[in-house]
Amino acid sequence: MTEIYPARSSRIAARLLGGEMMIMSVADSTFFTLNEVGTAIWQAADGRTPLSAIVRREICQKFEVDLPQAESDASIFVTELSRHGILVIHDRPSALSSENP
Amino acid sequence: MSLLAEMNGKALALGIPISVHLDLTFRCNERCVHCYLDHEDHGEMTTVEIEALLLQLAEAGVFFLTLSGGEVLMRRDFFRLVEVARSLTFNVKVKTNGVMIGEKEAGRLRQLGVEQIQISVYSHHPEVHDAITKLPGSLRRTIQAIRFLKSQGLKVTIANVLMTRNFSDHSGVMALAKELGAAYTLDPTITPKMDGERSVLALRIPGSQLSQVFNNQELVGDVEHFCAPPPPPDEEIMEGYPCSAGHTACYVSPYGDVFPCVQFPLPCGNVRHQPFLEIWQHSAQLREVRSIRAKDLTVCSGCSHVGTCTRCPGLAYMEGSMRGPSTADCEKSFQRTGIPSANMLRGSHVSPGQLVQIQPLPEARPQ
Repeated sequence: MTEIYPARSSRIAARLLGGEMMIMSVADSTFFTLNEVGTAIWQAADGRTPLSAIVRREICQKFEVDLPQAESDASIFVTELSRHGILVIHDRPSALSSENP
Repeated sequence: MSLLAEMNGKALALGIPISVHLDLTFRCNERCVHCYLDHEDHGEMTTVEIEALLLQLAEAGVFFLTLSGGEVLMRRDFFRLVEVARSLTFNVKVKTNGVMIGEKEAGRLRQLGVEQIQISVYSHHPEVHDAITKLPGSLRRTIQAIRFLKSQGLKVTIANVLMTRNFSDHSGVMALAKELGAAYTLDPTITPKMDGERSVLALRIPGSQLSQVFNNQELVGDVEHFCAPPPPPDEEIMEGYPCSAGHTACYVSPYGDVFPCVQFPLPCGNVRHQPFLEIWQHSAQLREVRSIRAKDLTVCSGCSHVGTCTRCPGLAYMEGSMRGPSTADCEKSFQRTGIPSANMLRGSHVSPGQLVQIQPLPEARPQ
């Protein structure tokens, strides 16, 4: 499996509200909320950590989910968020700061 | 219910200030005839103070941050402050007159990820707009700014404050907004000046013209629905609170004073002397504002409009009581539906006496 490195986009506004992450795309004002698991992935998406490591560290350990299932769900999740431009997927480690204003 | 409304409900339940309006300065390069501000600098917060405040606001859970003034670009550190705000992942909206926005500034706003820019336009006729702003050439420069911002793909809203001097121009401003690809919003609210001086209220459009606005399909959409008589208030309405001021939103002045809203001049604390969250959670004034339900309103609780009126608690406070009526909103409800408000029926629908306006806390003054 090819490793991917998700990074939070700088073209968003985000805030944690009662355990859920509110995210608004600056580009089109689309508004999202992420549940606890999605929030954990989002917060760990620093562009330097591979998705597989995020899944192992943030999902499997904290939410008691099987690794294969968690990897599959996380892959779908980050792909979906990248389609809306709120996560950027890199194929190699990338500094988050380069994405920031 | 929309996701955004759901989040607002959650913020309300958790006591989170999800929206903050921060005026960076009261200084301005225009001198609009209806403006309520004193444009002198009485000791604005420094760059360092505002940066520290932004961090506190982020930690308090603020998501929507409106940066306004005065004219925000009068501050030399404006872009630095926007940069800090965006690095803290606020949703940033900027209110400006646009006069100081050129191609470079528009590009910077886009680069920083500002979500929306609201620009005041009073008329599509330069002689009317410029006479209101008292800055020759201002309409031309404002329109140019909108073009620069739109060329960057930014969202722009034209705010059209309606008063006696520009009443007949709202259709022209709306057409201008359409031509420029900007959204349009109209506001007939004129508030007293900061020092309580009320001569600007003479600029308010009279009731007959308000009625024309409310019956204009272009402005309100479904006129029949918009002007329908209010339904009888139920328990949910009577247990409801008037607006978000002090509940999920507040205002911070350039001097660090915290108020429930930019239009609600009840000083609640100063961030130069207390952490923001301490003011938000423990201010006696904010607690009082939060305690008020529709059933507690002295006159309005018995008014047929109580569930649909745009009653502004800040304007009511300026008229003497945050639990009392706001006569400007009584007029709006009447002109919209043809049904007099309870306040009008009791015969006290007259101009109030001395009004209160935004005043800093005494201890907020620099020594």
